[in-house]
Amino acid sequence: MHTIIEKRQLSEQVYLMRITAPLIAEARSPGQFIILQVDTEYGERIPLTIADADPEAGWITIIFQAVGGTTMRLAQLRQGEAVAAVLGPLGNPTHIENFGHAVCVGGGIGAAPLYPIAQALKDAGNRLSVIIGARSKELVILEEQFTRIADELIIVTDDGSHGRKALVTEPLKELCERDPRPDLAVAIGPPIMMKFAAATTKPYDVRTMVSLNTIMVDGTGMCGGCRVTVGGETRFVCVDGPEFDGHQVDFDNMIKRLQSYRAQEERAKHACLAEAQATAKGNV
Amino acid sequence: MSHTSPIELRDQARRLLAELQAKEQLKARDRLAIPQQEMPSQDPIVRGRNMSEVTFGYFEEQARVEAERCLQCRNAPCVAGCPVQIDIPRFIRQVAEGDYEASLATIRETSLLPSICGRVCPQENQCQEYCTVGKSLKDTFKSVSIGRIERFVADWGAGLQGLSDDALADPNPTPPSALGTDDPAESGRPMAAAEAPDVKPPTGRKVAVIGSGPASITVAADVRREGHEVTIFEAFHKPGGVMIYGIPEFRLPKRIVEDELRTLEAMGVEIRTNFLVGQTRKLRDLLDKDGYDAAFIGTGAGLPRFMRIEGENLVGVFAANEFLTRSNLMKAYDSDKAHTPIYQPRRVAVLGGGNVAMDAARTAIRIGAEEVYVIYRRSRVEMPARAEEVDHAEEEGVRFMLLKSPTRIIGDENDRVVGIEIQEYELGEPDESGRRRPVPIPGSESVIDLDTVIVSIGNDSNPLITRTTPELEANKWGNIVTDERGKTSMDRVFAGGDIVLGAATVILAMGEGRKAAAAINEMLAV
Ligand SMILES: Cc1cc2nc3c(=O)[nH]c(=O)nc-3n(C[C@H](O)[C@H](O)[C@H](O)COP(=O)(O)OP(=O)(O)OC[C@H]3O[C@@H](n4cnc5c(N)ncnc54)[C@H](O)[C@@H]3O)c2cc1C
Ligand code: SF4
Ligand code: FES
Repeated sequence: MHTIIEKRQLSEQVYLMRITAPLIAEARSPGQFIILQVDTEYGERIPLTIADADPEAGWITIIFQAVGGTTMRLAQLRQGEAVAAVLGPLGNPTHIENFGHAVCVGGGIGAAPLYPIAQALKDAGNRLSVIIGARSKELVILEEQFTRIADELIIVTDDGSHGRKALVTEPLKELCERDPRPDLAVAIGPPIMMKFAAATTKPYDVRTMVSLNTIMVDGTGMCGGCRVTVGGETRFVCVDGPEFDGHQVDFDNMIKRLQSYRAQEERAKHACLAEAQATAKGNV
Repeated sequence: MSHTSPIELRDQARRLLAELQAKEQLKARDRLAIPQQEMPSQDPIVRGRNMSEVTFGYFEEQARVEAERCLQCRNAPCVAGCPVQIDIPRFIRQVAEGDYEASLATIRETSLLPSICGRVCPQENQCQEYCTVGKSLKDTFKSVSIGRIERFVADWGAGLQGLSDDALADPNPTPPSALGTDDPAESGRPMAAAEAPDVKPPTGRKVAVIGSGPASITVAADVRREGHEVTIFEAFHKPGGVMIYGIPEFRLPKRIVEDELRTLEAMGVEIRTNFLVGQTRKLRDLLDKDGYDAAFIGTGAGLPRFMRIEGENLVGVFAANEFLTRSNLMKAYDSDKAHTPIYQPRRVAVLGGGNVAMDAARTAIRIGAEEVYVIYRRSRVEMPARAEEVDHAEEEGVRFMLLKSPTRIIGDENDRVVGIEIQEYELGEPDESGRRRPVPIPGSESVIDLDTVIVSIGNDSNPLITRTTPELEANKWGNIVTDERGKTSMDRVFAGGDIVLGAATVILAMGEGRKAAAAINEMLAV
């Protein structure tokens, strides 16, 4: 039973859930993810990164944005209820070592999967710079947690409502221009952000890891739906990734592939909204 | 191709059976003259719009007429062609005598999953290839329909006999396997299923079975019967392996597979879904920390091959595994209920000529594709798919482009598929497999307009377990290496099915499971 032991709303559409999953909590390492279902009969399987875990207490944390049919349904579950199915940990752990100076860049909800990696990098002895970007102040998540571990924390927002008014690439470029240059960059966020973050570090030859969140079905390497082109080769994100060298990833193709089901997803979202409204009306 | 209505087939069989029964003794010549019984099926146009099973199964009269075609050969060449050596003449004779219970018992002596194998075995390359009747009539396809008789017997045992008179009142009857609910996969109709086999008293030994396809189901049943505790670990949220996620409802109704799994549970086998061995827990830990005395790996061939041609990662290109999993396991064909989307194809090319390709092509038809082409490098006789599936696909409107192979997939500015370039081939000299090797004809390229490409050129072994278990020996294709009894290089660990054979068949997986289970039981007995 994957009981929701804590549910918190972090911003308008962003939720944190702590779920019992003892085996996953024990086996997981930073960078790995799960596949979750709200219903095993007709439910969709969606990948979510494990944001945190406690192997002793047997729980994992996920942070998600309720933007699609399944995440919206997930957001409707209450504390004490159970998530129907959780499979994991999937994918490879992040390769952690003392690189020297690591810059972690998180865009929007990407700050959630970034956090355990940043923490592990810090624990391994790296000097840690963190750049967190969001559209506006309300959408900045985990600021407190990052403040605790970062040697340097830069917050940027699109509208300037918090931190600098800039895109994450601006401070990233500045860091790359410093001497000595950072030894590693890790960028996690919307694909377009990862694309530009990788393009920013490229001229400075700063090794840049990105964590890809493609469409998935099984998460075990069986379906090929998660495939991306990396360095001209086809790779499966679920078993070869989720982390890849950002300078090698064909982001344009990946972004287009992510749109494969846009029409169907829109329909599903509307159905889900209608469902929620009907329930809300029934409750009044 | 003509489609004969079920009623007509039944009435013909009725008359014929009466005639045969009126005769004193049938000579071989008389038997060879009995017309082969055609499998009653849904009308091709109607079935192209539903997911229910295509075939209805033989009427009792048909099964008995077909059984009379068997010559009861003393040397029984058919048995030698059967991967699990079912006593074919005996179970057929029992059908001719009307003793279905005895017949089912005969089949069950060696085969655990007759209702599945009767539907999906490539009989024309197994028992029926060697059948004396086919040889005498100089046509393998005229052999005794051993598989259809087997299916009749198994369905009889499961309370799923052919169409009833009530059902026949409808010009487009619902297949027996889909009765009871609108949703064939959800049928709650109780089964007169074979009771759970007896289980010996507990031995205190524990066996981990990894994966839940036919190899694993067989091992679980055979090992549990000896009184050992058995846990099945399955990565997906539903057990059954390819039979659940890959082979579509219209060919193998899910409830038949679910019944087999329910029987396992009734025997006391524990099934743990959402458990990926290697990731959720290492194989070593199952053995060393969790107290399993032995493990069986039946994780299948779940690694789709691609062609490595230009455009393979465009939007609208899928591995058949993905397309089929969305439709079958995730039920995306039922877009009103399912939350998982499926690409809405209009003009589709399916690349490949095996069962998986046929399943993908026919699924595309059923979810509304207008044109479906199967593009295959060799000619029709070389297609590895079951002949019946190729015929069914053709009846349903799938078009075959043979001796052709794609050279690149063409996309628009949004990376969406708009076409495929194909090259013509001719058949040259036979290769190692004895099939004539296709040779490209230079300058023969042409382009077809399309929006969807489904790649179905085969599967390799899923490398997850071997990658996370270094002590497990695999060959260069990633298949786990075992001895002839299924024992791997690792102590107390056995393997079988597609992970050992490479993508093969249900019956071979079952046969491998049988052998490995015997070896496990022997090991645990001491
Ligand atoms: C579309 C399609 C059509 C086919 N049609 C036919 C046909 O008509 N006739 C025929 O005889 N054969 C057919 N086959 C082939 C046949 O289905 C397979 O040969 C057979 O199912 C293999 O059985 P198996 O027990 O080895 O494994 P599978 O059925 O492949 O099952 C393996 C299971 O293991 C699970 N698994 C994998 N890794 C792990 C892990 N690490 N931990 C836990 N679980 C894991 C998988 O999720 C899967 O459920 C078809 C195959 C496909 C894909
Ligand atoms: S070979 Fe054919 S005719 Fe002979 S026993 Fe087998 S099924 Fe009957
Ligand atoms: S999600 Fe299916 S192969 Fe990666």
